[in-house]
Amino acid sequence: MAANEFSADFTDVSVHENVPVEGNIRISVPLASEDEDMSTLDEPVKDTIMRDLKAVGKKFVHVLYPKNNDELLRDWDLWGPLIVCVFLAMMLQGKGADSPTHGVPQFAEVFVTVWFGAIVVTFNSHLLGGTISFFQSLCVLGYCIMPLSVSLLLCHVTLLAKGSLPLAMFIVRFICVTLAFAWATFASTTFLGNSQPPNRKALAVYPIFLFYFVISWMIITNVT
Amino acid sequence: MPVLHQSHDRHHARQASHRARDCCGLLVAWYSPIGHIWLPVRRRSGALMADPRGHPNGDWTSFRDPTAQSHQFGSSSIVDMENMDDTSGSSFEDIAEAPGGTTGLGEVGGDEGRTGKPGQDDVVEEDEEFLGIKGLKGQLGKQVAGQVWEAGRQQAARAFSLYANIDLLRPYFDVETVQVRKRLLESFVPRKNMKVPQKLPRELYGPLMLVFTMVAILLQGMKTSGTIVSQGTLMGTAIGTCFGYWLGVSSLLYFLAYICNSKITMVQILSMLGYGMFGPCLVLFITYNIHLHSLFYVLWLVGGGLPTLRMVCALSSRTTGQRQRLVLCCTLASLHLLFLLYLHFAYHRVIEELLVTLEEQPAFIPRQQRELVPPEVATSPASLRIATMSLIRSSPPIL
Repeated sequence: MAANEFSADFTDVSVHENVPVEGNIRISVPLASEDEDMSTLDEPVKDTIMRDLKAVGKKFVHVLYPKNNDELLRDWDLWGPLIVCVFLAMMLQGKGADSPTHGVPQFAEVFVTVWFGAIVVTFNSHLLGGTISFFQSLCVLGYCIMPLSVSLLLCHVTLLAKGSLPLAMFIVRFICVTLAFAWATFASTTFLGNSQPPNRKALAVYPIFLFYFVISWMIITNVT
Repeated sequence: MPVLHQSHDRHHARQASHRARDCCGLLVAWYSPIGHIWLPVRRRSGALMADPRGHPNGDWTSFRDPTAQSHQFGSSSIVDMENMDDTSGSSFEDIAEAPGGTTGLGEVGGDEGRTGKPGQDDVVEEDEEFLGIKGLKGQLGKQVAGQVWEAGRQQAARAFSLYANIDLLRPYFDVETVQVRKRLLESFVPRKNMKVPQKLPRELYGPLMLVFTMVAILLQGMKTSGTIVSQGTLMGTAIGTCFGYWLGVSSLLYFLAYICNSKITMVQILSMLGYGMFGPCLVLFITYNIHLHSLFYVLWLVGGGLPTLRMVCALSSRTTGQRQRLVLCCTLASLHLLFLLYLHFAYHRVIEELLVTLEEQPAFIPRQQRELVPPEVATSPASLRIATMSLIRSSPPIL
């Protein structure tokens, strides 16, 4: 090797003739991945959107069947929470009976409540000693609002049947929202539970419970 | 023409011609590549650009080269503030008087500029000093600016890491579930021992969660009272009320404790007051759903009075002097009990009245449809049924 070729003083370091010192310093990568990199840029927008939508959809499915897997945490994204939040805010803003501006504060209120609440819950679990990052926690909390959005849709369906058995309809709505609330809380604790120290799990779950409780309350009382 | 006048005129004319020549020289020096021919004359007699050790071989560098100028000072820094004595470097007269400013005089080849009248020399010196100082000021300015920037950046980074770091709050959230439960239950148990300062927890998790719980309960109470208003106002008002009470009364108590020389910190007051809100939370939760006046008064005394008593005892144990104790305890007790009364009776009524007032000023909020429930109905035993019906009732959606 070239080690024994070195002179004692390093003023004249010579390299053995056999060792090539010139050449391409680029690591030879397989051509396919280079093509892939290029193709992600060149691919049609439809493909990009479909890929992202599929990822979001997969995460929603994970929320519907909450199992203790890491996918929601590993590839976090905030598209799902945004979609859910906007849907919730649009549905909750209500078609105000008399004034066209009745719904304006409600959209902002729901939006701010959801995001501010999620941020507070995230900070709380972070301060209690949680091991997941800020955006991962936001991602999980946002995705787990999905059952509540579904229940909101069902509430609107029952509200369409106006005048017939209002008490029964109210009970149906109440049960629907309660189930969704329980589902959301359970799903988020499944995903976030392992990141907390075991003797503080309840402390981390309580704010999540409160957060979904406020959203559920907004859904139940949305009778317009 | 008098001879004196003539000589005076000639003197002025010579001065003017010298000045003109010097200006041309300056201009040429600035803008021509061979301008350095002029410069040795200027710089040597000038001031700080000259090398104290001299350049025997006449190795003059261009005036426009700032790095060369810095080398002229040898091993010392560009701006050797020790040589400046007490000068701040702001006025060039001071700099000119500094030792570095006059070493250039009398050097080889520098005498050309020295011939002539003193006035001429002054003019020449002024211009040379001006040149030198301008260059030095540029360097000085740059270095100072660089130092100020670096110091400012470091300070900003330190301040940011100190204040914007969420981990600063971590010690106040270092609590176990068992501890929180214990503290919640103990908030109803006043400790009478006032001789020894009672231990107060420095914890913010419990109080923060209790304040948020109170916000949720207030929202729920407003809905069941049958007041259907714009939800934005409700949510903002609820949060504002609860957090305003917690932070505002804590600040007031801390101020009074400071005046009364109490041994208590702000975090301890926040913690104590936060846990003291557990009782009112329970009371409100029950009485917003069961509207009975007598029940409320009993709960007010028990659920509001016991935590207040506990807080009062804790504060008294940490204060010396009867008058100080009286001031602190009366303030705390009155504020805490009145707050509970206020929340129960006046909250939704205040909101309604506030909205009525706001509605009369159409510029501020848009018109909203409101259904006002008369207060007598809200507090009557039948109000529960009415409240439930208001939830069930639904208006036809506008398509």
